Amino acid sequence: MSELTLTVMRLGFLAVLWLFVIVAVQVIRSDLFGTRVTQRGSRRTAADTRPQQGRQQQPAAPPQQRQQSGRQRRGAPTKLVVSEGTLTGTTVALQGQTITLGRAHDSTIVLDDDYASSRHARIYPDRDGQWIVEDLGSTNGTYLERTRLTTPTPVPLGAPIRIGKTVIELRK
Amino acid sequence: MSVVTNTTTIGAIDAPSRRNTELVLVVFAVAISVFAYANVGLALNGELPSGMLGYGAGLALLGGVAHLVVRRFAKYADPLLLPLATLLNGLGLALIWRLDQSERFQALTSFAPAASKQLLFSAIGVATLVAVLAILKDHRILQRYTYISMVVALFLLILPMFFPAVNGAKIWIKIPGFGTLQPGEFAKIIIAVFFSGYLMVKRDALALASRRFMGLYLPRGRDLGPILAIWAMSILILVFETDLGTSLLFFGMFVVMLYVATERTSWIVFGLLMSAVGAVSVATFEPHVQQRVTAWLDPFAGWGKVAASEQMAKSLMAFGSGGTLGTGLGQGNSDLIGFAANSDFILATVGEELGLAGMMAVLLIYGLIVERGVRTALAARDPFGKLLAIGLSGSFAIQVFVVAGGVMGLIPLTGMTMPFLAAGGSSVLANWALIAILIRISDTARRPAPSPSPSPDAEMTQVVRP
Repeated sequence: MSELTLTVMRLGFLAVLWLFVIVAVQVIRSDLFGTRVTQRGSRRTAADTRPQQGRQQQPAAPPQQRQQSGRQRRGAPTKLVVSEGTLTGTTVALQGQTITLGRAHDSTIVLDDDYASSRHARIYPDRDGQWIVEDLGSTNGTYLERTRLTTPTPVPLGAPIRIGKTVIELRK
Repeated sequence: MSVVTNTTTIGAIDAPSRRNTELVLVVFAVAISVFAYANVGLALNGELPSGMLGYGAGLALLGGVAHLVVRRFAKYADPLLLPLATLLNGLGLALIWRLDQSERFQALTSFAPAASKQLLFSAIGVATLVAVLAILKDHRILQRYTYISMVVALFLLILPMFFPAVNGAKIWIKIPGFGTLQPGEFAKIIIAVFFSGYLMVKRDALALASRRFMGLYLPRGRDLGPILAIWAMSILILVFETDLGTSLLFFGMFVVMLYVATERTSWIVFGLLMSAVGAVSVATFEPHVQQRVTAWLDPFAGWGKVAASEQMAKSLMAFGSGGTLGTGLGQGNSDLIGFAANSDFILATVGEELGLAGMMAVLLIYGLIVERGVRTALAARDPFGKLLAIGLSGSFAIQVFVVAGGVMGLIPLTGMTMPFLAAGGSSVLANWALIAILIRISDTARRPAPSPSPSPDAEMTQVVRP
């Protein structure tokens, strides 16, 4: 056996051994339990920061909805803004995904609001890309403008949606 | 993929089972072992070893069966314990096979091919893992056998005294027609069960009833009873079985568990003082222990005169000639160590052929097993499981330290085996059982708790009253 092959194998073996150790440590790193915090103000997408935890993200929108968001109509809202309440100033980009609101920790927007229910409301795009708000059987109800929602209702641009003490609206 | 920008989102991560991660890592571990085997064959004979397929298939079968059993019986277990153990076992097999091929090693009178035997014992070890996982549905069952396990452990520890010494130490028992057995390896697990059950009940008395003196909590005289009894026991092992390793393992394990159970640093201080006093005083009159201490202090002085010193010196030279990157598998001369090169001294082969880099990786793998054990103890919800996981991973850590320290000349050499790596049936069997119990505890610890009351929402959300 040539000297070169053996040297390559020797170093290769060490590399593979260390690779195993590093992979094992990575498994430990991704094995931490508890809550996951995505930084506010970070321009990077959540998918970039935690690639291996992709399956733990919010359920992805069905393909047809994602396609819809690809060719957005003019005048369609692009972000959701919290304009009143403890989360004032928080924005969430609208990219075809369902946004859940409530006090539950797995909500897209976790409301720290005594008058909000765990799973209070959700906002999602329908087939035409129109954003719909739906009350999820909350205790105190969800209000669009001044009317309490009883059925899923399309949200006009800039119309205030009130959940407890929190007000959110869709903006361009 | 959902994309959320400019917001803080706090999401709950639900406990995944991680079984697929484990499968990938087991496959990786088997691949590394087969790589090691091929490397040895190419270096020694210039061709791939003929037994490579059988060896790889055997190891893959063992890893696969173990993985499937974990998937079936311990779905939420830690994903790392099994692959790490598989890698160490596979690496050990490759190293033992490599030493079997050495002509110098074959010339020894005590030579017997160990690799196929080791593979057989690995299979029995994995069968033990399967049996433990299938039978032991909940580790808390072991708590019922606290005092029975004490009796069994004492019996196993005392038994070798009645058998003739092998190479100066009485740690083996001979069963006619079967071979030799090292009961200390099994006693290690059984006594951990006793310590956990005992300390779980007594820890309040041991932790709280104490006086403070010079920053240390001095326990009451009568609470010192158990630690004195264990200390006396390990001294007796040292005197009558002349085995420093076993006695250090038991005493160290007890002190670790005592510390974890009571959170009192004073136990560690007492433990270190007592073990130092015991070891030094025994070393003054016991010739076998004395010889080991001399070999440790000045290994090269006994070159050509005392076999123990010469072996120690050769081990140190093996480490030295390995350097940083090693000589390559199959290209070292660690077989010069001769007798016990594939069991007690197997780390010298790792050190020479894989070098410092490989040695660090192997020690890290041991460290990761211990880390996962301690992590399991932290996550466990019941005190017995916590203490048992700490006891088992602590004994594993102490064993690795005692063997590695002995072979590298940090402490006097003792007759213990490197878990999984070294040739030896009892050791492989006992350590697979140890890993199985850790897997069982970690499965219980990581299993998602049953969902709480259906909706706490009703009380928590305040109702707006007009």
